Amino acid sequence: MEITPHWRLKKQRYNLVGETCPHCGVKLFPPRDICPECGQEAKNLYNFSGKGEVYSYTTVYDPPAGYEEYTPYTVALVKLEEGPLVTAQLTDVGQTPVEIGTPVEMVTRKLRQDGDERGLLIYGYKFRPVLERQLAQ
Amino acid sequence: MAENILLKPTHPVGIVGYGAYVPRYRLPATEVSRIWTDGKGGIPIKEKAVPGLDEDVVTMSIEAARNALGRAGIDPTEIRAVWVGSESHPYAVKPTSTLVAEAIGAVPNVQAADWEFACKAGTEAMVAAIGFVGSQMARYALAVGMDTAQGKPGDALEYTAGAGGAAYLLGPAEESLAVIDHTYSFVTDTPDFWRRAYQKYPEHGQRFTGDPAYFKHIYEAGSTLLEATDTTPEDYKYAVFHQPNTKFPQRVGAMLGFSKEQIETGLLVPVIGNTYAGSAIIGLTAVLDVAEPGDRIMMVSFGSGAGSDAFAITVTDATLERRNQAPRTQDYIARRTEIDYATYARMRGKLVMK
Repeated sequence: MEITPHWRLKKQRYNLVGETCPHCGVKLFPPRDICPECGQEAKNLYNFSGKGEVYSYTTVYDPPAGYEEYTPYTVALVKLEEGPLVTAQLTDVGQTPVEIGTPVEMVTRKLRQDGDERGLLIYGYKFRPVLERQLAQ
Repeated sequence: MAENILLKPTHPVGIVGYGAYVPRYRLPATEVSRIWTDGKGGIPIKEKAVPGLDEDVVTMSIEAARNALGRAGIDPTEIRAVWVGSESHPYAVKPTSTLVAEAIGAVPNVQAADWEFACKAGTEAMVAAIGFVGSQMARYALAVGMDTAQGKPGDALEYTAGAGGAAYLLGPAEESLAVIDHTYSFVTDTPDFWRRAYQKYPEHGQRFTGDPAYFKHIYEAGSTLLEATDTTPEDYKYAVFHQPNTKFPQRVGAMLGFSKEQIETGLLVPVIGNTYAGSAIIGLTAVLDVAEPGDRIMMVSFGSGAGSDAFAITVTDATLERRNQAPRTQDYIARRTEIDYATYARMRGKLVMK
């Protein structure tokens, strides 16, 4: 049973909390100690909007352990509005085929359970096609 | 009648923000009858909403809560209570509410608890939140009613046991898009529906769920609220009742003197099913999506076991600028993927895997 890794990652997993570098201003996800752009310390938390678009994608039919119950599922590289590329599952895709450039938004969903039905439920970010509004904004 | 039966806080309270959630999958009732009755007999609704493989009361509550926050436009660290009512909490022991509070950024200076009272756990949390805000212990409190209802295969409830619900951010009346004028609760020990510990599916009392349970409690709660507030059905533009099927809310509405036009906007059960702890309150989100300033709304929930919470609500001018700041209830209803019974059986964990 693993608890600590999941507990440590909860803010980024539930809510796309990354960082903005105080030195060069770049937005980082996931958060890290050193800014990969300027090499200085990155520490200011930044809550990403969750909006982005599909940069690339693939469909998984032969999943890693723990994801069997969700197959087949689509994994995408999502280009966030703020810049970073995030790897995540797509969900609620419906009948519309996923395409490069499809606008998506972050949702918090169940990722898997730790071990069997006695284990921790692990939640985190996925992306879905942007919910269509029936009325003009 | 005793004068102090209405629940009214010291300081006026209202709905600062609200949000709905309905998952995208739909099981037509004809699919249930195709499997279990050879397609014969009537069906109680058109279709019900089914949660995706990665959805549960935690994830659905988070989305509804984010929608409520989107409309309220407040800093989530000002919320002092996150209360989630459901009969399908994913854990037997571990709060749904701590996960929701963490995901919306309301931790750590917050109360968090899960509520349980069958289908009125959500309104129970709302009434408690009104007290919390109305006593000025808290500026804001979030109450959620959400379910992924359990229906035994082949049982009458399998047609209707749906998924969805709503979140309400309660706060000071002067900041509200709708003011809670009064509430009244009517509760007795009436065993019409239950699920024992460790049981997967609930039991119900067949026809006993009607007159002594649903109709008695909603009628008493609704008629007492009307009498105690010196109002009549004509004073309300809309009425919303707990909706386990299409007929019950229509009948109890007529018993109380409400017209079909008053209840149709909030009557969602034909297209999403019975969302249990979310049932009455997602009807209310559909009404708030379209109600105009000054409109009055009556809502009466029902929870088996049994009891009803009745609310008298008045919409304010703030609704006009806030209701479009998050998806409307009908946006979720229009997002629809139809599934067959086999897919439903897989999605709801009805296949034995080991």
